[in-house]
Amino acid sequence: MQDGTLSHSEAPGLPALSVERVSHSYGQRKALDDVSFTVPQGSFTALLGPNGAGKSTLFSLVTRLFNVRHGAIHILGFDLNGEPGEALRRLGVVFQARTLDLDLSISQNLIYHAALHGLPASAARKRVGEILATSELRGRLKEKARNLSGGQLRSIEIVRAFMHRPRLILLDEPTVGLDIRSRAAILAEVRRLVKEEGVSVLWATHLIDEIDPGDRVVVLHQGTVRAEGPVPEVVAAERAKSIGDAFTRLTGLSARTEGLEEVRR
Amino acid sequence: MSDATLQRSGAAPTPRGFPLSAYLICAGGIIWREALRFVHQRERFVSALVRPLLWLFIFAAGFRQVLGVSIIAPYQTYILYEVYIAPGLVGMILLFNGMQSSLSMVYDRETGTMKTLLVSPLPRWFLLVSKLFAGVAVGVVQVYVFFAIAWFWEVQPEWLGYLYALPAIFLAGLMLGAMGMLLSSLVQQLENFAGVMNFVIFPMYFASAALYPLWRVQESSPLLYRICQFNPFTHAVELIRFALYQQFNVDAFLIVLGCTVLFLGGAIVAYDPARGLISRKRQ
Repeated sequence: MQDGTLSHSEAPGLPALSVERVSHSYGQRKALDDVSFTVPQGSFTALLGPNGAGKSTLFSLVTRLFNVRHGAIHILGFDLNGEPGEALRRLGVVFQARTLDLDLSISQNLIYHAALHGLPASAARKRVGEILATSELRGRLKEKARNLSGGQLRSIEIVRAFMHRPRLILLDEPTVGLDIRSRAAILAEVRRLVKEEGVSVLWATHLIDEIDPGDRVVVLHQGTVRAEGPVPEVVAAERAKSIGDAFTRLTGLSARTEGLEEVRR
Repeated sequence: MSDATLQRSGAAPTPRGFPLSAYLICAGGIIWREALRFVHQRERFVSALVRPLLWLFIFAAGFRQVLGVSIIAPYQTYILYEVYIAPGLVGMILLFNGMQSSLSMVYDRETGTMKTLLVSPLPRWFLLVSKLFAGVAVGVVQVYVFFAIAWFWEVQPEWLGYLYALPAIFLAGLMLGAMGMLLSSLVQQLENFAGVMNFVIFPMYFASAALYPLWRVQESSPLLYRICQFNPFTHAVELIRFALYQQFNVDAFLIVLGCTVLFLGGAIVAYDPARGLISRKRQ
């Protein structure tokens, strides 16, 4: 390993994620069309779009499951095509579909993930202890993943995304399929970890009530970016009353909520 | 994020590059997971052993009197039919194991666990080779358990033969595992894999030197003889057969090595998002 040299990329001024003029098609169907936006370091950015907007395709490109054929993606300054290893090691991901191995224990899943990032099991255990210091899941690490509820599985996937100390976390609709209380808990947990770890977040969602006024937002619709910026600026630019109202003006669709505000109260 | 935030969170800057230890830990983790999955699926272990043992106990006993085996290399004398088909049954274990590994890759892709592997920052070729080695390691364990049982069934090469056979078994396992990996990249859904099993495993196994010497095949069908010669599985079996009797079959080695490189290269290309087939599919 090179002596911990900080690259230019982690200078505070550079964005955590930079998507530049990215397009992607499935055959004749264009899923993303000339998409550009940035996620500044330390920000919580919501990628807001209805189902089918292109959010998952964008995540597949940023995680290099798909190749970026048109445009460029940089993670903390590292070109995903040019230096994929450097870019991906700074990235933590929570996919929309469950990706834990249900036949392994929680601990084994986390150690396996750590190994994929070159971290030994001892370091992985220590890290799990740090992240789950106050969580009830700490006492269930030896249980098989299949014994956990949907919300608990999602919590473990979030822990897993933080294991290798990434600087940018992507979460692709992490609350899909969860009840309202689990959704609120997951959102609160991510916001807590983001604050403690000082990482940047791109949180994909189609639910307005997962966005806070202090967040940044990127509105994606039909494969194109309709608006980008801090929530108050996007609202003001659309002369809207709220981010939900702005979303409707930008996409022609009604904004969806699923009762999160009531749980928060 | 500002420097102050970095300091407050205690986040250390990420260094560039990966040390050798990171590669070793990663490969070890992949092999460990494969071993855990294997241990958890005991029925897989049992069925992997029962299949060749049934062939040895029943098929070979039945055909012992029908199929006489004359003195052919590497054997020094007349041998029992059980002794003849033992390397073929080792090949069968490796063939099924290779297909099982690729089946689990298709399953991993369907369930999403493959994504966790593919977003590792280590090079994708390294991840795939590690995955391949993990599958082969599991297959080698099965083979030696089979040898231990077959020893009581008069399949008793010299002790040194078991040692000589190890690299041959490993290389044959790599070739068949790489072939399975390449197939897994071509198969989009788990259901389609049954067809691959039928169209790959059975033709490969029966059109080979696993069950009968090629000179006997040539006597009955020159065309089938040619097909058997083109079948890489034939050469994998012959490589193991010769190694088990402490002989090195150069031709078989070169063909198996060449096919391993070819299949593995194809799998790496197929799984590479820049060039491969995976990125063109809707996951």
